[in-house]
Amino acid sequence: MVERTLIELRVNGEPRTVAAPEHRSLLEILREDLNLTGTKHGCELGECGACTVLVDGKPMLSCLLLPGQVQGKEIETIEGMAVDGKLHPLQKAFAEFGPVQCGYCIPGMLLTAKRLLEVNPSPSSKDIREALAGNLCRCTGYQKIVDAVQMAARELKLEASKGQPAPSPVASR
Amino acid sequence: MAVEIKPPDLYTIGKRLPKIDAWAKVAGTARFADDLVLPRMVYGRLLRSPHPHAKLLHVDTTKAEQLPGVVAVATGRDLPRQWGIMPTTVDEYPLAVDKVRYVGDAIAAVAALDEETAEEACRLIEVEYEVLEPVMSIEEALDESKPKIHEDRSKDRNVFKQIHYEFGDLEQAFADSDLVMEGEYWFEGSNHVPIETHSCVADWGHDGKVTLWTATQVVHYIHREVAKVFQLPLSHVRIIAPPVGGGFGGKCDPFSHEAAAILLSKKSGRPVKITLDREEVFYVHRGRHPVKIKLKTGVDSQGNIKALHSQTQLDGGGYASYGIATTFYTGCLIPTTYKTDTFRFDSMRLYTNKPACGPKRGHGSTQPRFAVEVQLDKIAEKLGQDPAELRKRIAIEPWTKTVSGFQITTCGLVETIDRAVQASGWKDKHGKLPFGHGIGIASSAYMSGAGTAIYWNDMPHTGVQMKIDRGGGVAVFCGVADIGQGCDSTLAYITAEELGIEVSDVRVLAGDSDLTPVDLGSYSSRVTLMAGNACREAARKLRKLVFEAASEFLEVPEERLTAAWRKIFEIDNPDHYMDFDQAVWKAESKHGTLGATGSYTPPHNAPPYRGGTVGITPAYSYTTGIVELHVDPETGQIHVDKAWAAHDLGKALNPTNAEAQIEGCVYMGLAEGLGEEQVFRGGLHKKPSLLDYKIPTFLETPEIKVILVETDEPEGPYGAKEAGEGPLNPFPPAFANAVYDAIGVRFDKVPITPTDVLKALRRR
Repeated sequence: MVERTLIELRVNGEPRTVAAPEHRSLLEILREDLNLTGTKHGCELGECGACTVLVDGKPMLSCLLLPGQVQGKEIETIEGMAVDGKLHPLQKAFAEFGPVQCGYCIPGMLLTAKRLLEVNPSPSSKDIREALAGNLCRCTGYQKIVDAVQMAARELKLEASKGQPAPSPVASR
Repeated sequence: MAVEIKPPDLYTIGKRLPKIDAWAKVAGTARFADDLVLPRMVYGRLLRSPHPHAKLLHVDTTKAEQLPGVVAVATGRDLPRQWGIMPTTVDEYPLAVDKVRYVGDAIAAVAALDEETAEEACRLIEVEYEVLEPVMSIEEALDESKPKIHEDRSKDRNVFKQIHYEFGDLEQAFADSDLVMEGEYWFEGSNHVPIETHSCVADWGHDGKVTLWTATQVVHYIHREVAKVFQLPLSHVRIIAPPVGGGFGGKCDPFSHEAAAILLSKKSGRPVKITLDREEVFYVHRGRHPVKIKLKTGVDSQGNIKALHSQTQLDGGGYASYGIATTFYTGCLIPTTYKTDTFRFDSMRLYTNKPACGPKRGHGSTQPRFAVEVQLDKIAEKLGQDPAELRKRIAIEPWTKTVSGFQITTCGLVETIDRAVQASGWKDKHGKLPFGHGIGIASSAYMSGAGTAIYWNDMPHTGVQMKIDRGGGVAVFCGVADIGQGCDSTLAYITAEELGIEVSDVRVLAGDSDLTPVDLGSYSSRVTLMAGNACREAARKLRKLVFEAASEFLEVPEERLTAAWRKIFEIDNPDHYMDFDQAVWKAESKHGTLGATGSYTPPHNAPPYRGGTVGITPAYSYTTGIVELHVDPETGQIHVDKAWAAHDLGKALNPTNAEAQIEGCVYMGLAEGLGEEQVFRGGLHKKPSLLDYKIPTFLETPEIKVILVETDEPEGPYGAKEAGEGPLNPFPPAFANAVYDAIGVRFDKVPITPTDVLKALRRR
């Protein structure tokens, strides 16, 4: 019997406990133990970015993270990006302005972009390209992703100027 | 006879609407094949050959079967019937039976409680091989002394297929030419690299029926192949394509893992999932063929093409896949772009001990297009002409035929050149940028769907069924597979357009062989035109039923009714209307349950010679690509600064989605210029991971400017042609032509790597 360790996480704001072998990746824990299949696997080597999640607010590749590295951490997956049933402005912009083709890279792309807009609310297209360079997309040629991130940035600033609360509990940390 | 009722305006078609599946995809709730979990499901892995060429003498699975956690083991002996996508070239087993023909050829499969156990059990399978000399290149495949890879199939060495066609007197035409240019070109192979690796779940029920959820582009063809090898009636096989995470041609064949999952499910009585890892995707392949092209072009003093002779040799890998079509496409699609007085092509595909090549975006037309366009660039220079002006002069004209007899319908090629030239500032840049900076141009044509099905029949290429609910919502059933290109959305826009309802009122159920009428699949850029037409026909039949009832209620003749905004109203008197759902109630009361079908068969426009059915289409699309780049003389790195694509797509049903498809084409074409290559050392892939096989990131991909050119194609729905593949084709040659403009060195091959650039600069 493979030895398992108890891992305690907060996932999308909820406390979760998983018993997993030491070599099980966070990606597997999320997809297989917690049924959070919105996080995708594309290469298992940390190259494609499809498995990106936010760990304590920062984009990390869940396929490369082992239980010991995520013990007690705050994890945000794509399933946690909409708050109270309301999509994040990035999600809305991605749905409306055409960057979603097959959609397989989109969860990782959105979470990376979310962090970018938290640290840089008015990114240039160069800023966006640099921040998202670890997330590969095979459908779009990236153009519409850059455009949609800029649309969302404008929307977020508009929301902020109206004094609305930040859209996600992780974002406010 | 259906009443033709034109709505006052197109009100969903041509609008920038979101895709209907976008919301699930941004929320992470779209369920791809690998996201599916069934009760009692187990996991499968495949044992693959470590040898490129070997006889299988003995496969012993005893130890694997004894490993705790293993629930089933299968080998090729369990399914000793061949399959293959093209009915005339069936040459592979779902799991190898007597021989392996590339490193990665599947031999056996194991299902276990988890993937790790299945993997470990695969290692416990003992295989006795008789290792054979591998055949690893086109040259080796033509060498008489090398062993045959398929003893029973290739009569001449390792030649898979050879074809020769000649149209007109080439010898005379070359003699009459003012300039004859010859060149030899190399187009390296490449993988599709969808971000989703192949995945499937099979569930063999106790009723003897099997369901397979699989990431495929071709539900109908998989349906046929699975039924064939398992010797089941089609009614006992259900194939479902969940949302597919990218295809690009890579998910168009029946695959070992699909058969293995079914076999293991049958043996274990449990659902089985098999998901390939990235390395397996590179070995399973079915991607772009490496092609050697010899091209001879004869032109008059103005650059008009008097004679064109293309000779292609395709490195096909170990199996047929779509290779017979690819072999034709490397020749027969050449004369669809420019007027060509005489034309000959000789195409030959070879078997080698590498993963089989198949269709990748642009299928077989991409490689010779590279040669034709680079050679045209050389001709323009020799004649002292502007390459864009030359292309305009020789552009094929609308409503003509190629020298090979293919029907050209609408053609916006000249407009694509004009608009790309204008947008890019070509005239101020070409030949005028400082050393190291360059701009290049190329054009191309592509099919809006193959005019011929892969198996001969007189039935439609696609069908749509529609039903309507009592709230006025419409369900559309069609066998297409949405691989990200947005076909489900296109069907919804068309349905909403015809019935005057909102896109959100339409539910599309696609890619399910039990529920949906046959569509041949999401390949050859066929879906918008073909399924679009079928959908429009079904919707118009349904509209007719609803309008008949509305006509009685409103006391207005049908031909004076129109539908929009969920209402049916009198065209000249919009205040006189009824709600759509109310009309649906009346219609169901009048006609009984409401439903309709539509189908589409391409025109029978093949020229009257054997083989003339390959390369025909309802309509060709046209593209011009321009690439601006700079070369770093220190590192040899090429940086693409900007790319322009002007594409004649007939009509943009949704301009946002059309642009997105075209941008993706530009990206993928540039990637093949910049460095993607599926290459081997011994039998092993040199780069079987995304660490080694670099696909362009945001940083290597330039700003892309798309220009939509509309020519209103009469055969397409609302005038539409394809936009998903053709726009790739100009980019590898435009890229190479731009490199020449930048540093004055011709590279008659792609990719052009930094090493190539540095070597060339040192030679100068």
